[in-house]
Amino acid sequence: MTYIKPKFRHPSLPKNDLGYTKTVYEGSLSTLCAGCGHDSISAAIVQSCYELALEPHRIAKLSGIGCSSKTPAYFLSQSHGFNSVHGRMPSVATGASLANKDLIYFGVSGDGDTASIGMGQFVHVVRRNLNMVYVVMNNGCYGLTKGQDSATADEGSKSKAGSVNLFNAIDLPSLALELGASFVAQSFSGDKAQLIPLIKAAIKHPGFALINVISPCVTFNNNPGSTKAYDYVREHLDATSTVDFIPLQEEISVAYEAGSTKNIELHDGSSLQLNKLATNWNPEDRMSAMTAMQQAKLDGEILTGLIFIEPETTDLHAMIKTSDTPLNTMDESQLCPGSQALEALNEEFR
Amino acid sequence: MSVNNLINNFVVRFANVNGTGSASANYMFAKAVFRMGIFATPKNIFPSNIQGLPTWYDVRVSEKGYLGRREGVDMMVSVNPQSMANDIKSVKTGGYFLYDCTKDLPENYIREDINYIGVPLMEMCINEYSDPRQRQLFKNIIYVGALAALMNIEFEVLEQLFKEQFAGKEKLIAPNVKALQLGMDYIKQHYAYPLPIRLERRDLIGDKILIDGNSACGLGAVYGGATVAAWYPITPSTSVVEAYSEYANKYRVDPKTGKNNFAIVQAEDELAAIGMVIGANWNGARSFTATSGPGVSLMNEFLGLAYFAEIPTLLIDVQRSGPSTGMPTRTQQSDIISAAYASHGDTKQVLVIPSTPKECFDLTADSLDLAEHLQTPIIMLTDLDLGMNDHVSEPFVWDDNRKYNRGKVLNAEELEKMGRFGRYLDVDNDGVTYRTYPGTHPTKGSFFTRGTSRDEYAVYTEDSGAYVQNMERLQLKWETAKTLVPTPIMYQEKNKSNIGFIFFGTTLFAAEESMDMLAENNITIDAMRLRAFPFNNQVSDFIESHQSIVVIEQNRDAQMRSLLINELNCNPSKIKSILNYDGMPITADMIVTQFHNLSL
Repeated sequence: MTYIKPKFRHPSLPKNDLGYTKTVYEGSLSTLCAGCGHDSISAAIVQSCYELALEPHRIAKLSGIGCSSKTPAYFLSQSHGFNSVHGRMPSVATGASLANKDLIYFGVSGDGDTASIGMGQFVHVVRRNLNMVYVVMNNGCYGLTKGQDSATADEGSKSKAGSVNLFNAIDLPSLALELGASFVAQSFSGDKAQLIPLIKAAIKHPGFALINVISPCVTFNNNPGSTKAYDYVREHLDATSTVDFIPLQEEISVAYEAGSTKNIELHDGSSLQLNKLATNWNPEDRMSAMTAMQQAKLDGEILTGLIFIEPETTDLHAMIKTSDTPLNTMDESQLCPGSQALEALNEEFR
Repeated sequence: MSVNNLINNFVVRFANVNGTGSASANYMFAKAVFRMGIFATPKNIFPSNIQGLPTWYDVRVSEKGYLGRREGVDMMVSVNPQSMANDIKSVKTGGYFLYDCTKDLPENYIREDINYIGVPLMEMCINEYSDPRQRQLFKNIIYVGALAALMNIEFEVLEQLFKEQFAGKEKLIAPNVKALQLGMDYIKQHYAYPLPIRLERRDLIGDKILIDGNSACGLGAVYGGATVAAWYPITPSTSVVEAYSEYANKYRVDPKTGKNNFAIVQAEDELAAIGMVIGANWNGARSFTATSGPGVSLMNEFLGLAYFAEIPTLLIDVQRSGPSTGMPTRTQQSDIISAAYASHGDTKQVLVIPSTPKECFDLTADSLDLAEHLQTPIIMLTDLDLGMNDHVSEPFVWDDNRKYNRGKVLNAEELEKMGRFGRYLDVDNDGVTYRTYPGTHPTKGSFFTRGTSRDEYAVYTEDSGAYVQNMERLQLKWETAKTLVPTPIMYQEKNKSNIGFIFFGTTLFAAEESMDMLAENNITIDAMRLRAFPFNNQVSDFIESHQSIVVIEQNRDAQMRSLLINELNCNPSKIKSILNYDGMPITADMIVTQFHNLSL
């Protein structure tokens, strides 16, 4: 077995609009366990960025600490990455975004990193509607410290050692809805067909976009009785809809039965086409999204897909009226009031 | 009854109830002294409370230019019945006690050795004003008027201050002037005036300004090019970011677009505040935060990351007296150790220590350069006394030719020309490596930022050798820092004494005065004022070349002394301490008294 990622690629690999093959969007070899859900999510991120033909260096990828937070090393090697402090990625992303509003901020976190130690920062980054993608790789346990329950583990879920979780689970999508998030989605690491269009739409969304991805931990939380095990999740998935991301100026070719489709135009002109499966649910109505989440919980189902979207939304930069020019490009001429103004100020203090 | 003749040399203390608008009236008194060309040092001694508790405001007037606090009240203006019994006790023999005589003083409040000046403040207000809030506010102005007559404050100076204060609300000028007049007239009708303790116009101030350190820091951040401020409110640092906000809104709003060339975020806590600052600096924007001791504790984890990941950060720590509420609205220099060694692993943080508002302004701007030059956190240590009290200061100066030192940052062109980029590769042998901002070049210069566990090219590794090599490079960077941090201020070219004083920050004012007092008794002392950590050779030479060293500081544990001993490996037995940690600024009298008790 080798730990060196092979560099050989077929010469006729397809290229995207920028002329890049998918390999340009890949990262270094994953060191996570074989079969880890997180690796599937990394692959979906690579695929999404490739298909959207994003310039990799215009993306900044940020994470906290944990198995999930290791993944930014495994995608987008041409992007700057920041493996920050446990539970504190939102603040670092906020500062980074304030410095340069022109980059895409892609945050990766886990259930421990977000729902426990990082809860304080998570709720506030939602409130501020920071323009970023926030992916939670949610496996209901602490992988890197060997399998302790996390705060998203369902009450009654059984651990590998056989102990039963006593506490209520924190439901991140519902919480985000409550906090006024402008884009909330939930998916499953094993459902790439759904995950990729969600990631694309989240990148295009001009505000805070949460994707909570159930991502089973094959080593510590894939046992019978666990509600985050592959088998359990597959059996209890309940998609709100199928999701197709339609890029700008591309004709809508996916055909659905009349009456069941919903087309949502995104901020940049691209669109999401949803083939609705859930009844009494409107992804542009927060109340109905919250109701759908609560109903799924009562039914013991895991609702996936796009849960809620507010396509036109006001992000932090717009709220605090920062310049259209990125702050990190400004020099003395824009920033320093100069000696004359200072002399006038001195006079005020005499 | 003895009467001291104290022209331009006395302490006035105002005893008020907080939330009654007294601070602005008291400030007016101080500013009037300043405008008459005489040194005035106001100190607001306030409770951690919004309304109803006792608050005091000292103004020391000094012809000689002493700006430190002085014990011993020459004139007490007593407007707070809650604290009156103790306030009477704090008046010096021969001093004056101005009080509201609407009600008679209890007999046990009468001291034979001080002078009582009764002014029926409440009665006058009730007769003149019908609105309860006006009655309260004008009571303050009436006592300023009484002081004006008693101490010879020029009426035109006070009138001008009202005009400035109420510019745009001119209707308020006349009633204020009237209240002032009421106080003056009452004194003139009932007492011999002026008193022996009084003002006489001088021309001692020159072009100096009267300003607090926090405003100076906020302004320094605007001039120094900080674009992102993230913070969490905590006394006594809050007004740093408030000042930054005021000046940024004044000077940094694009007139064409109305948009801001700055961003301010009030974070959810200090952890998030420093996280945002680190994120912004990582991405190439100059960014800072301001906090106090408890905030520094919360920021510890991130400070470690910033040290190891080598991210410029400016943290202004306005020190106070420890945890909880109450005493924390008093001053101290007690975060020295926690700041110097903040965080986990082998960390040492650069400290910058200003003493005056002018230094607050200069060193804030300089620290933004220094942080980017060294790619490490800079912790600027001020304190409540410097931060929140007005000080007579040299005016601020800015050189319009000055360029920001953005440190070693590679642009797209430079990356294009070079071979493999190594984020942690020590190209210049000074321990400071090159960095890139995200988004600079399509294929070169990207790297993964981590605390540890990477090689010179920022590639993940758990190799021990790579870790050690990196830590040794950081040590080399620390040596480089010694050549760049603000140098100590020496008080003599050549040693004149066997004894050397070392002090820093606001201890400056009392220390200088104490040295004059000792000199009057023919005791010559050498002195050095520290302005930064790491310590350079001047510091070790000064300690080496004196038989005894006295470190004067405002904390219980002699923290700077410990830091000097620990870092410079000097003989602890020759290093003595003079300390004050009661929450009040140290005084020259305290230093002299403690000095005489030292066995040197």
